[in-house]
Amino acid sequence: MTTDENTSDRTPGMIDRREAIMRVTALLGGVALVGGNALLTGCRDADTKADNKASAAAGIDAPFTAEDIAFLDEVADTILPETSTPGAKAAKTGAFMALIVTDSYQPGDQKVFREGMRKLDEASRKAHKVSFMAATPQQRLTLLEALDREQKAYSDNRDAENRKKAEQFLPDQRKEASKDAAAPAAAITADPPAHYFRMMKELALLGYFTSEIGYTRALRYEESPGRFDPCVPYRPGEKAWAGHA
Amino acid sequence: MPIRNRHEDAMQDAIQDTSYDAIVVGSGISGGWAAKELTEKGLRVLLLERGRNVEHIKDYVNATKAPWQYPHRGGRTRAMEEMYPVLKRDYPLNEKNLDFWASDKDSPYTEVKRFDWYRGYQVGGRSLMWGRQSYRWSEFDFEANSKDGVATDWPIRYADIAPWYDHVERHAGIAGSSEGLPQLPDGKFQPAMPLNCGEELVAGRLAKLFDGRRRIIPGRTANLTRELTGRSACQYRDACWLGCPYGAYFSTQSSTLPAAAKTGRLTLKPFAIASEVIFDRDRKRATGVRVLDAITNQTTDYTARVIFLCASTLNSTWLLMRSATDVWPGGLGSSSEELGHNLMDHHFRTGAQGNIEGLDDKYFYGRRPTGFYIPRYRNLFGDKREYLRGFGYQGGAGRQEWSRAVAELGVGGAFKDAMTQPGRWEIGATAFAEMLPNHANMVSLDPTKKDKWGLSVLKIDCATGENERLMRKDMTADMADMLEQCGIKNVNTYDAGYFPGMGIHEMGTARMGRDPKTSVLNAHNQVWDALNVFVTDGSCMASSACQNPSLTYMALTARAADYAVRDLNRRNI
Repeated sequence: MTTDENTSDRTPGMIDRREAIMRVTALLGGVALVGGNALLTGCRDADTKADNKASAAAGIDAPFTAEDIAFLDEVADTILPETSTPGAKAAKTGAFMALIVTDSYQPGDQKVFREGMRKLDEASRKAHKVSFMAATPQQRLTLLEALDREQKAYSDNRDAENRKKAEQFLPDQRKEASKDAAAPAAAITADPPAHYFRMMKELALLGYFTSEIGYTRALRYEESPGRFDPCVPYRPGEKAWAGHA
Repeated sequence: MPIRNRHEDAMQDAIQDTSYDAIVVGSGISGGWAAKELTEKGLRVLLLERGRNVEHIKDYVNATKAPWQYPHRGGRTRAMEEMYPVLKRDYPLNEKNLDFWASDKDSPYTEVKRFDWYRGYQVGGRSLMWGRQSYRWSEFDFEANSKDGVATDWPIRYADIAPWYDHVERHAGIAGSSEGLPQLPDGKFQPAMPLNCGEELVAGRLAKLFDGRRRIIPGRTANLTRELTGRSACQYRDACWLGCPYGAYFSTQSSTLPAAAKTGRLTLKPFAIASEVIFDRDRKRATGVRVLDAITNQTTDYTARVIFLCASTLNSTWLLMRSATDVWPGGLGSSSEELGHNLMDHHFRTGAQGNIEGLDDKYFYGRRPTGFYIPRYRNLFGDKREYLRGFGYQGGAGRQEWSRAVAELGVGGAFKDAMTQPGRWEIGATAFAEMLPNHANMVSLDPTKKDKWGLSVLKIDCATGENERLMRKDMTADMADMLEQCGIKNVNTYDAGYFPGMGIHEMGTARMGRDPKTSVLNAHNQVWDALNVFVTDGSCMASSACQNPSLTYMALTARAADYAVRDLNRRNI
């Protein structure tokens, strides 16, 4: 047993920003300390000028079309389909994903996302000989399950590498944190992940669970709970209470 | 229906009078208290605020908005990042209360080293967005500089401020539990917001393991659990950074401004930038404040017998530096050569977290706007570390929300349905630590850069030192050790890095002291060189302790106001 006199030699590792915020946001749910939720964020503020040039070259300044949004709706609805509660398409998740990519993503990330839409469609044609939009729900699901495994392996690998690098923490390194006030939206909009399907998945999750349908149908939401019960019984299957407004 | 306690619209109208008993510069936590205390003691007070008015309830434009009504659901956009180059470094940049944060573009500053300065320029200042954690300082904190031979001694001790803590706690409304801890004195509390079952479980284990020397207590917070006049009790919405339509958290608007307005002796003047304290070199006292109208750029001089500077830590010092320069080139209060020096903050952003097992059949209801606190235990009661002072932890336990889905493998209906249910229990905490006063950590007037109004801006040169670096190891490791010993699984540590200012607890630069040769203010927050000028915001701090500082500003302000009025009546100032 450790006592006051012992000092752990544990090296603090930098944890993945997204993972950190997701985890700690939940556990500090309700803690609105100014600066009270110290969360690590990735280093962003990359070379925006270079990004801008790259994006112009890639022609990604064109706005998302109705077809693009319909495509994103189907991607989101495959990740989060209608079950006993409405699916992502009903919550207009495709339009939300397009909005965040347009307004919040840096040009370089926008490019990854846009190319990802093309890659996803190509993967459908390769796997099922049919475009994603023409694929059956089962074909779509099979495809996205494969892409999900791909992005998970890629992201986990990348996180592990970042964690190694982070041990040589540079004090002048630029970091942007978020807090539970606006997280996870703040986290997700502040620092997109590297893999296009991870982008799509997290934007679909954010768009769906923070929509009116997400708050009031998928989850339980009380605008003004009126009281705090620190300990109540929970039975498996009961929906989670949605986070703060 | 919430009870409204709007201050009177009329009081802002037709401000022709330029002569008052007292002028208070700044309407945040300290300025609101100064205005309340001085008006209640019979003074006619002009309260100056550099920013716009924010009327209680009416101007809380997002307070009752549904979360799904924000186009970006609270997130940030590139346009916001371009508008707020400093704010974007941390959480304040968000879609929900962006209007409460000062414009980095209008009010720039110079960073010799990175210093994050997050400001609130409106009536109410940062009292609208503050974290509300409210802890008394203890005798250990007031005697620390003297005992350690660091900086200069505080001119007061706990007994001097204790009755004023009582006074401000009763009016502000602090929910907390009495614990009998000498390092974190109990106060005049409203009932605490209780620990949830995860926190309770770990609190019990921790207290047993450390024989009560380390313990988890409910976070003491300026949220009402019992209604006060004109203010409802907390509705557990946890949206306290948007302005509360129930007036359930302490802010200038909910608490001090209505009390001051009720006296009929308050004049509130928004868009009024105090640009200089007018100093009479013959009588060695201030005669008033020069005010620049933020809209018209016109200058007006207002006179008063007593002046309270509550413009926020760095801005009160900025104002002193611009004043009486014909007598002291470094400004009013600079004769000790300590004005602008000894800038402090709390360093933090490191800690640990993990999973609680065995509570899957337990949950909680309501969104509690506070967490738990672990009071300082380092370098106390016989503990001796290789660094001075210590830290406390702020944390919480809860069940994972849908956002865990991002990092998990899965798509499709079963995955979706699983994510609509609460996940495993987690617990974690972040250390908040004392930063030692250091003469080298300083602000000065930048000779070249100007703000939107053509006023010179501050140059900030501040860094943490060896004591902070050494302490940080314990801040990370202790939490992990405590969690592991309490049976928490998958314990992870984190250190997100820290730059001064991020704590938004900036303190010092016009410290209180016992000697005019080494301090800017005396034991009653009076500028040694102009006894009718009081500085009662964070500028006055001689050390930082590790507790959140706002409650101490409130108490010091009320104490100084009481002294000022008694001294006025004795015709000493």
